[in-house]
Amino acid sequence: MTLAERAPRRAGKRRTRGSRRGEGTAGWLFTLPVVVILGLFLLVPVLMALWVSFSDWSGRGSPLAPGVGFIGLGNYGEILTEGGLATRNLGISMRNVGWYVLLVVPLQTALALFLAVLVNRAILRGRGVFRTAFYFPSVTSSVAITVLWLFLFSTTGVVNEVLSWVGIGGPNWFNDPRGIVHIGLSVFGVDSGPATMTGSDVLGVSWWDWLAGPSVGMSAFILMAIFTTSGTFMLLFIAALQNIGPELGEAGMMDGANAWQRFRRITLPQLRPTLFTVLTLGLIGCWQVFDQIYTGTQGAPGKTTMTPAYLSYQAAFADQKWGQGAAISFILFLIIVFFTLLQRLLLREKGGRS
Amino acid sequence: MKPTARAALAAGGAALAATLLLAGCGQGFEESPDDASSADALTSSSDPLTILFGSSGDAETKAVQDAVAAWSAQSGVQVTATPATNLNQELSQGFAAGSPPDLFYLSPDQIAAYAANGSIEAYGDQLTNKGDFHPSLVRNFTVDGKFYCAPKDFSTLALVINTDMWAEAGLTDADIPTTWEQLDAAAAKLTKGDRAGLAFDAQYQRVGAFTAQAGGRLVSADGTQAVADSPENLAGLEYVKKHLTDGTFAYSADLGAGWGGEAFGKELAAMAIEGNWITGALSADFPDVKYRVAQLPAGPAGQATLQYTNCWGMAADSPNQKAALELVEHLTGTEQQLAFSKAFGPMPSIQSAADRWRTDNPALVAFLDGAAYAQGLPTDVGATDVINDFNAQLESLKSGDPKQILTTVQGNLAPVVGG
Repeated sequence: MTLAERAPRRAGKRRTRGSRRGEGTAGWLFTLPVVVILGLFLLVPVLMALWVSFSDWSGRGSPLAPGVGFIGLGNYGEILTEGGLATRNLGISMRNVGWYVLLVVPLQTALALFLAVLVNRAILRGRGVFRTAFYFPSVTSSVAITVLWLFLFSTTGVVNEVLSWVGIGGPNWFNDPRGIVHIGLSVFGVDSGPATMTGSDVLGVSWWDWLAGPSVGMSAFILMAIFTTSGTFMLLFIAALQNIGPELGEAGMMDGANAWQRFRRITLPQLRPTLFTVLTLGLIGCWQVFDQIYTGTQGAPGKTTMTPAYLSYQAAFADQKWGQGAAISFILFLIIVFFTLLQRLLLREKGGRS
Repeated sequence: MKPTARAALAAGGAALAATLLLAGCGQGFEESPDDASSADALTSSSDPLTILFGSSGDAETKAVQDAVAAWSAQSGVQVTATPATNLNQELSQGFAAGSPPDLFYLSPDQIAAYAANGSIEAYGDQLTNKGDFHPSLVRNFTVDGKFYCAPKDFSTLALVINTDMWAEAGLTDADIPTTWEQLDAAAAKLTKGDRAGLAFDAQYQRVGAFTAQAGGRLVSADGTQAVADSPENLAGLEYVKKHLTDGTFAYSADLGAGWGGEAFGKELAAMAIEGNWITGALSADFPDVKYRVAQLPAGPAGQATLQYTNCWGMAADSPNQKAALELVEHLTGTEQQLAFSKAFGPMPSIQSAADRWRTDNPALVAFLDGAAYAQGLPTDVGATDVINDFNAQLESLKSGDPKQILTTVQGNLAPVVGG
């Protein structure tokens, strides 16, 4: 994204300066190491993975060896349309990560903004302490936090202990595969969906199951993601807030706007570029969630924490279905690109209107 | 387009081409797998051997490395044995790069996929001690009629009983369950408050013992048909479901334990279904828990248990398979396997070591007795996925419909076995 944005600007600059031959060569010479490194470790592997997703490579020897055949969309077809276990696994993982994104991205953005506004206030004493405290989870390794989380949310862990003080019998967090929407509905006596929803399915998962919500186990991961990443994004928001001069706010005060109106009408619009960055980074990070799953639950309970990234790894390294694994990762790539573009469009449009 | 821009493009293109070339020259990318090698002709050279193994801990690492070093000194072939941090992943990378380790631990669920893409050598028939291995283990490592690799050791599931709780509940040696009815009675007596009578993990790898005792299988004995939705399997699952519901059995996760051994060690359950590995875990983490090991009770179809094993896989691309074969024969020999068993637990895979093992481990003979009637898990390509999906559904067996679960498993398994 950023590359595409920067490229035209750079070209424009060069044109205004005029073209001196020596400079161009020297420029390329200086960028050559990075171009080679990026090409070798990024572009070539990506292209090879793209090839693997269209091939019947079995994982032995080079994927470019003569014996490896091109099978077109075979791998994609198997995971998207054939309706077998591979399709269902993809459906389940999409359901899981969909709910994860839907809950984590807005909540972590809101929390990050809230923390940033709090910490940015000049009257707050010991701002440095709070800033460090909020940022701390972000610099801690996600593996360490996952392990901590497994302890906190175990059946007899701290969280359930605290819940029991107020008379709540905590759930069996990482072992409870029930979706929270289903749990909510069952309170009202709805235990199974209408036939229209259970009868038809997308990617091998019935509509009723798509709407199950994140499982209790996944909810713990959602809380963890919000807890760890809001600190990072808080930092971005603080930087943006500090760039906003006090003039507009003071003018608003003169016009009789209260604190909330000033925040909503004056501060927030000026944060739009940062908001875009935070939402985009959050969206990309959430769709790709892998390390927590790998170290934590490996997809359990009941496959409800299985994500496409983990499924791709599993398909390739455990099941030797390399084509399918690569195909899953490219489907994930397309989804991320789609949502990023969509979000760019939405935020732009609003900007034009106001 | 201005001249500079074109030059820039050309330079960029050249750089890209150079990177592609660089990548193309990298190790492994020009080698094509050698499919011509016939199964009987093993390669031979003076190349050193490398071994990759998934170690359960320091004891296993040291035992394997010592055994390998001893053979190396005696044979003059250089060997390095490296414990893997993630065996599957490192093995996959080795095969993809065309430079796999010569020998490695290989589990039955991996063997079919590696056999299908020609990564591993089927050397089983050339082993001089071929006839000594337990027949059920040989079956576990046979794909399409070819005996691929030598089982390195094995474990079976048995019933582990907390003797203090047993006595406290007024039970005696005569009450050790040999049938499901007796198991019901013992579990009911041992269930008390939060403590369950019997704990096991919510996975086919444990629950499957009950379906097997009811006479059920996932894949027919000749390996040609998926038979998951049989009335026998249904009977097994319904039996488990009944007792999960009445609270005398419990999944270890529901008791707040990571696995059956932990539930047993923390005394959250009076009995557990686990394999040989539980003895090491108990003596390390819960040395005060007193226990005894009994054979699993017989179900309507008689006695049954599940077995777990690994073999010494040999790479088809290994340049020195002759030496590797000799090393495998050494490592699976009677003396060496008894030494391994002493160092880190599992039972020798060969019958000639059975008697010595019984004398050395009188308290654990129930595990070895299981070898006579043990079954392995299906080994077809893709079966792991099916079992994982089965496990996901078994987690909610208490509230689920066993028949519905088995129908799903059958639907998933049929294409795997057929294809």
